[in-house]
Amino acid sequence: MLENLYSQKVMQHFLHPKNIGKIKNPSGVATVGNPICGDIARYYIKVKTKPVSPSRGGKSKGKIIDYISDVKVETLGCGAAIATSSMATELIKGKPVKDALRLTNQAIAKALDGLPPVKMHCSILAEEGIKKAIENYQSKNQK
Amino acid sequence: MFKIYLDYAATAPVRPKIKAKILPYLADKFGNPSSIHSFGREARKAIDKARENVARFLNCQPLEIIFTSGGTEADNLAVRGIVENAKIKMQKSKFIPHLVTSTIEHHAVLHTCKILEKERKAQVSYLTVDKNGLINPEDVKKTIKPNTVLVTIMYANNETGTIQPIREIGKIIEKENRLRELRKNKNKIYFHTDAVQAAGYLNCDTKFLHADLLSISGHKLAAPKGIGALFVKKGVPLEPILTGGEHEYQKRAGTENVAGIVALGQAVLLANNSQEKIRIKKLRDWLEKQIIAKIPDVQLNGHSHQRLPNISNLNFQFVEGESILLNLDLSGIAASSGSACTSGSLEPSHVIMAMHHNPLRTHGSIRFSLGWKTTKAEIDYLIKILPTVIIKLRKISPLGKKSNTNSYQLNI
Repeated sequence: MLENLYSQKVMQHFLHPKNIGKIKNPSGVATVGNPICGDIARYYIKVKTKPVSPSRGGKSKGKIIDYISDVKVETLGCGAAIATSSMATELIKGKPVKDALRLTNQAIAKALDGLPPVKMHCSILAEEGIKKAIENYQSKNQK
Repeated sequence: MFKIYLDYAATAPVRPKIKAKILPYLADKFGNPSSIHSFGREARKAIDKARENVARFLNCQPLEIIFTSGGTEADNLAVRGIVENAKIKMQKSKFIPHLVTSTIEHHAVLHTCKILEKERKAQVSYLTVDKNGLINPEDVKKTIKPNTVLVTIMYANNETGTIQPIREIGKIIEKENRLRELRKNKNKIYFHTDAVQAAGYLNCDTKFLHADLLSISGHKLAAPKGIGALFVKKGVPLEPILTGGEHEYQKRAGTENVAGIVALGQAVLLANNSQEKIRIKKLRDWLEKQIIAKIPDVQLNGHSHQRLPNISNLNFQFVEGESILLNLDLSGIAASSGSACTSGSLEPSHVIMAMHHNPLRTHGSIRFSLGWKTTKAEIDYLIKILPTVIIKLRKISPLGKKSNTNSYQLNI
């Protein structure tokens, strides 16, 4: 069953998902999913600021960027749903917010050595979860 | 690794007694039953014997048994066979045949009805069920129309094991037919029941059930896959769906699956054994009691007692079925979420949806189905493993935690 269903990477992340749990006072939070397809995931992000590293050159000197200092997720779903939410958090952890916003579902699926076609929607849900959590952070910051 | 099979409602391992009966018919007694020579006659004899056994099992005449490739074909032959015949009769009227079925039927019936509807070959009424998965026989009566030609209701559900009041429905239809006779309406209503899951455990006496057509499947009775049978009461007009030779009383063309038929003939002798039923029910009840005691937020899907003795369909709140199955599989335990026919589809189980109208309930539901080889040690192993799996998955779930009490109302 398992040999024909999921890649080893998916099974690793399904059995030992990373960044599980919640963040107290998160910078952004979002719940995505659809009970009809059976998956629900809640993403929490903590955003901090840091100066751009000096090695980037003189122009951006003194500039400050937002980055994802921590990310957590809680998932109810199938093997692929749990694995994609785990991988999505791994891919954005420590990354600048603007990079995290560029995360695509294909990148998540690729990092997991692929997903069965019928499960690709799980990676879309993970991408959506990350983006909505960041949007939630951004909307709070505008106020 | 310790491997435990708890998916008998999907299929069962062949019983040694059945296996021994089949083997000669694969290579030594290989004749075509339609042949006139000794090889053929030998095969014909074996089929005749099996047909007698099946007829005794269903309390009918041998010539009322049509062997098919399985339960799906038997269901198709019943539904399409009756509709095609009625269509011919109704040709000159403005009516098309009307069917009554339920929302919890196996896809072999449900999809067939939907296709006939789409092709405008039939009108179909789908009866709903209550939260225990039961059909109200009165609803059958209310749904019957002057152009109703077939009522098809399953005997026991494959996902929950809930047993339908088939005899009651059969009697209602007989009464309707008597009324039709008085009204000089010559078109009869026929009653079909899919007894594929029921045959191993319930009385399949077709006279007692007042059934005109009844489907069974070999591999649910520990015979191999690829063999089934349809009981067709004498005089019930049925158009064949497979045409060709004159096999099976001209109702099902194709050289007979001799080994399969022999297997089914043996399987019915071993089915519905009262000692085995008691043994299996005890194990199932133990499983259920222990799981419900050890794991919080577990609910039974289906009727508490009007249910097959070998099926337990349990809902584990706040988690999803596939992730439970994957974890169980890694521990060597095979179970199922809903029906095996629907895995690969993302649709929530139509049976549990029909009962509870709640997709979350369907996604966290697992069917454990026991059978002739199941042991107490196997059930104990499941009872040991399952709580750890559920705890682990609930830990990572956003639902069911005190701090997230609004989770149910989440409007996503």
